[in-house]
Amino acid sequence: MEINPFVLFFASIFTSNILLSNFLGMCSYLSVSKEIESSFGLGMAVFFVSTVSAALNWLVYHYILVPFDLVYLQYIVFIIVIAAFVQLTEIIIERFSPVLYYSLGIFLPLITVNCAILGVSLFMVIRDYSFIQSVLFGAGSGLGWLMAIMMLAGIRQRVKEKLVPVGLQGAGLSLIITGIMALAFIGFSGIVNVQ
Amino acid sequence: MLIVILKEVLILTALFGVLTAVIVIAKMIFSNYGDCTITINDKRELTVKGGLSLLSSLAEKDIFIPSACGGRGSCGTCKCKVTTGGGPLLPTEKPFLDAKELAGDIRLSCQVKVKESISINIPEEIFNVRKFKATIAEIVDYTHDIKGITFELLEPNNIDFKAGQYVQLMTPKYAKQKQSVSRAYSISSKPSLKNQFQLIIRRVPEGICTTWVHDHLKVGDKVNLTGPYGDFFIRDTKADIIYVAGGSGKAPIKSMLEDLKEKGTDRRMAYFFGAVTKKDLYLTDYMEEFKQVFDDFDYYPVLSNPTEEEKWEGRKGFVMPFFSEYIKDPKNTEAYLCGSPRMLDSVCKELVKMGVPEDNIYFDSFA
Repeated sequence: MEINPFVLFFASIFTSNILLSNFLGMCSYLSVSKEIESSFGLGMAVFFVSTVSAALNWLVYHYILVPFDLVYLQYIVFIIVIAAFVQLTEIIIERFSPVLYYSLGIFLPLITVNCAILGVSLFMVIRDYSFIQSVLFGAGSGLGWLMAIMMLAGIRQRVKEKLVPVGLQGAGLSLIITGIMALAFIGFSGIVNVQ
Repeated sequence: MLIVILKEVLILTALFGVLTAVIVIAKMIFSNYGDCTITINDKRELTVKGGLSLLSSLAEKDIFIPSACGGRGSCGTCKCKVTTGGGPLLPTEKPFLDAKELAGDIRLSCQVKVKESISINIPEEIFNVRKFKATIAEIVDYTHDIKGITFELLEPNNIDFKAGQYVQLMTPKYAKQKQSVSRAYSISSKPSLKNQFQLIIRRVPEGICTTWVHDHLKVGDKVNLTGPYGDFFIRDTKADIIYVAGGSGKAPIKSMLEDLKEKGTDRRMAYFFGAVTKKDLYLTDYMEEFKQVFDDFDYYPVLSNPTEEEKWEGRKGFVMPFFSEYIKDPKNTEAYLCGSPRMLDSVCKELVKMGVPEDNIYFDSFA
């Protein structure tokens, strides 16, 4: 697909945000967005893992799966590569930056099952991105996810002090807020066509 | 076809093998913390292999910080002061620590990992906690569901404890029980008996440890214990004492009374024992005998639901309404309680309502 990698980078943050346009990575988005601080921690971890796992999965896909005709196994292979990479990151961070490890602590293992990360790898295959495009798409999607969860966390922190009808408290209101944010972001979607 | 399948399996296995190898090697390189020193109270130094939790590192060196849940971070009893090297406070510890503890460097020792040399402060009593091997010397049936078990210590062969403290009994794997667990029981015998002690254990339906004790344990069996733990012991004051304990909660009270009998006391004391029916009463004569020993002691057995045939003529209902018979000067009364969390809760409320200062109420909670 012929699209400038840098255009793709910005497009994946703003105009086709993986969370707001594809609704991927919802579970941790809803459960962790109670506080800005922890949202930032998780967002940064998603950004990092989605960037590197896009690169790794691109290499695995093009140099192992395609030549050996194993493309039909891409789901399993991608998930395992992501899981292994998260494990590795965890081990290394724990050793060299305990503070970062403890602030990400519980979120890192959660990322293994974050569908936004797997989504990035699958879109990159479906849309036939080059290596550079894939890495920037991964980085952009990670940043986009970070931005979306930070926005929701900011709104939720303000909503916390307001009276919310019982039936809407918690995930209910968060989903409505996310829907409105998604509507707002649809306005940008015509600027760049990445699909 | 077969070759194609074999080839694909081989490639996948190779890929996953490489990933696993990378993780294993990374673990070997990065999760190896070498030897670390733990400095305790600026006096003792221990060298341990890094990477384990503080609780298990200390246990390896035979220092047992009390922990009711066994290091899962769910009970919050294994607190200790970590002055240097504990790393940042973890989200798993926060819920168990109040503002005063946070400011005082108190941490949960099961969550703190030993990754560098660290210094900690623990109460001296903990050094007294040891692991014991014992053999069962006697089993008596006190009631239909309460047994008194006497343990004779083998190794080490003597124990030093304060009346009211408890030990943790470790169960072996038995029947369908695949895991060894440890449970806390108060010692019911007097501290001056150094070579043996008694526990009073009530059967809990489906309880892992109590089922083992009641159905499987025989005289002559060998068991493992750790102890003594706890700060449930009589404070050295002149205040009146009210004991409230039902069922197997009689254990620490019996130990306290036997200890006071040897040491002598002129404090005013009374023991309220709550039970359901007459068949739940035990050691009644033994308790009555203490009236002759002490200047001013009374024993109040109270039954909540005696049957018709039993012809119970004593006090009926809950124990709480009868406290007023004994308590004369609530401000100058100490309460020692042992029992279920629900019983502790309602007795505490009643005592506070009567004017007993909250700081004077002592209890063990084994929930």
